[in-house]
Amino acid sequence: MAPLIGVVEFPGTNCERDVAHVLEILGGRAEILWHGESSVKGADAIVIPGGFAHGDYLRAGAIARFSPVMTAVAEFARGGGPVLGICNGFQVLTEAGLLPGALHKNSGLRFLCQEVALEVVGTDNIIGSRLEPGRVLHIPINHFEGSYVCSHDTLRNITESGQIVLRYVDNPNGSVGSIAAVANIEGNVVGMMPHPERASDVLLGSTDGIDVLGSLIDCLAGDTEPTPVDQGH
Amino acid sequence: MRFDVKVEVRPRAGIADPEGATVGKALRALGFEGVGDSTTVHVGKLIEFDLEAPDVPTARDRVDAMCHTLLTNPVIEDYSFEVIPADSGSGD
Repeated sequence: MAPLIGVVEFPGTNCERDVAHVLEILGGRAEILWHGESSVKGADAIVIPGGFAHGDYLRAGAIARFSPVMTAVAEFARGGGPVLGICNGFQVLTEAGLLPGALHKNSGLRFLCQEVALEVVGTDNIIGSRLEPGRVLHIPINHFEGSYVCSHDTLRNITESGQIVLRYVDNPNGSVGSIAAVANIEGNVVGMMPHPERASDVLLGSTDGIDVLGSLIDCLAGDTEPTPVDQGH
Repeated sequence: MRFDVKVEVRPRAGIADPEGATVGKALRALGFEGVGDSTTVHVGKLIEFDLEAPDVPTARDRVDAMCHTLLTNPVIEDYSFEVIPADSGSGD
């Protein structure tokens, strides 16, 4: 059976259908997981998509991390389950302490909505199987609080341990180390500011996002029965 | 006892504060003299609420726990707070 991916929806999430659509094109089964759920309902992976969970009040992700489903997601992640946070989902994962660092206001104080070039850095993680270090991906960003911040010690640690997943080629938001995506040390939790679901069809101008979400599906196919993975179009 | 609580949250020292820097530039552009350079101007937030607690130490402990748990993110923010007995200084 195709792997089941739980796509978390908080009040204010707005990318869940796009993400679910692309995951299904890639051969997965996607199920929207409402934030009030107390379990991940048997999902093989979790995606926390973009949006404005709980209105982004107080700080982006600050309230969302206390939604009931996040207790289950944290437990799933600590058990090695694959968890991908996209944009607001990345902010939620840092607030929840599942990823290092934090996301701060863009250095130019502008909401950025544009395609960016991203260099693949580390591939020893759940979105790395179809990527190679050095490859440049073109994927859109869409955020106001996307400037990655962490302490000097954290930056040194995540650099040395290969946890930096993607860097901006031309840093658009003042992120420390031009970091656009990071993983936890085990590589099963990844957060990324760019939106791979919005770069998943030639009509959208880029299909590079297919290799990001396709990698996630690949690592699940290995966990369950082999699943033929459509290369997408 | 009832307390008035004021929590001040500000960007952590050493973290880029583009909002503060912009406000600093605007103040100087408007001709206000003596404003320090942009690294000294910060924009934070004020969180106010009433709190019922048996005494001041308990109230302070509770507010500190709130700051750690929800109100601030220590990676990017510092905080300080005041816990003021609501019925004190009634003669003022």
